Amino acid sequence: MTVVIIIAGALFGAGALASLWRIIRGPSALDRIIASDVLIATAMCALGAEMAVNRHTDTLPVLLVLALFTVVGSVSVARFMSARDDT
Amino acid sequence: MKARILSGVLPFAGLVLLWMLLWGQFTWLAAVTGIALAIVVSAVFYLPAVRLSGRFNVLRAALLLGRLLADIVVASLQIAWSALRPHYRPSNAIIAVPLVSRSDLVMTFTAVTVGLVPGSIVVDIDRDEATLYLHALNVSSMQDVADAKSAVLAAERRLILAVGSADDLAQLRGLQAEKGTG
Amino acid sequence: MTGDGVRDVITAVLVLLSAFLCFAAGVGLIRFADVLSRLHAATKPQILGLMAIVLDVAISNPSVATITLALAIVFFQSLTAPIAAHMVGRAAFRTGHLRHDILVVDELTPTKE
Repeated sequence: MTVVIIIAGALFGAGALASLWRIIRGPSALDRIIASDVLIATAMCALGAEMAVNRHTDTLPVLLVLALFTVVGSVSVARFMSARDDT
Repeated sequence: MKARILSGVLPFAGLVLLWMLLWGQFTWLAAVTGIALAIVVSAVFYLPAVRLSGRFNVLRAALLLGRLLADIVVASLQIAWSALRPHYRPSNAIIAVPLVSRSDLVMTFTAVTVGLVPGSIVVDIDRDEATLYLHALNVSSMQDVADAKSAVLAAERRLILAVGSADDLAQLRGLQAEKGTG
Repeated sequence: MTGDGVRDVITAVLVLLSAFLCFAAGVGLIRFADVLSRLHAATKPQILGLMAIVLDVAISNPSVATITLALAIVFFQSLTAPIAAHMVGRAAFRTGHLRHDILVVDELTPTKE
């Protein structure tokens, strides 16, 4: 089990770092919002993995809230981008 | 008549069920507060009623869900592979897919289904022409374009068979008959 | 005891699947060429990765409350993820954040003119 946890942790960490790199590098606001979506998804998966490994359900509501509200960020940035370029 | 009553009741019941799911308990207290909140929500955030078809085929819906799940798994692994493989050469396409049905419900569900499967994203929808414009990843030949189009139409066909109205169903049957003879 | 062993294996497989998808998404974010391609990379941990992990939690703690909450999470995620992807994709197309040279066909641009 320890080996699995180490491998999974490394993969999650690498994914999160890659999306951080994309958030920093840009080049456009849309790239950044996509990358932060991936970062959130990675965080959700990591939280869930921790729950599954340690057999508890304490952070399940956190996942629900994230699933509900991450859409708000992407949609508002996308709307803002479209509106600005039309005028 | 039946369809009209269902169109009103189903979203309401859905809201109550959702509230109970959120609390994770199916008790009378959750049901009563859920009904009260559903009344408030549907009064404050009024939306024009969706016209449901009044048809629901459980077996077809189960098939639809199963197929969707299989598609998601296969497509996810394919895209993961194309992200990781060496010598990746990007080759994408934006394709127009004219749908069979003109009902908003089927169009929306098709768009969500297509958007759920990795590898295709709905970029734009022409509601008057009932056409979906989607961006597809890893499309390198005209054969791939045709495959992507037929995949979307197959998803729509499964949706119509599961929840589409009698009109849509008749139209679908007509198309299939045409293809069969021609 | 063997039941626990089987459960451990399932947990390990699902966690690894989800971790692999997150990693592949990160790599895809770096390697893919334009905004729309990167959007495709983003959708896989969001949907399959989360489904795997939530199924995993439901398997390791089977109870009514967990399963209903898990269903709600998957339902909302699969309802909101395509909407977010569509909005971002549309904005990317309208603001010209895509590379036409890697498109095989483009059947949308002609209709806009």
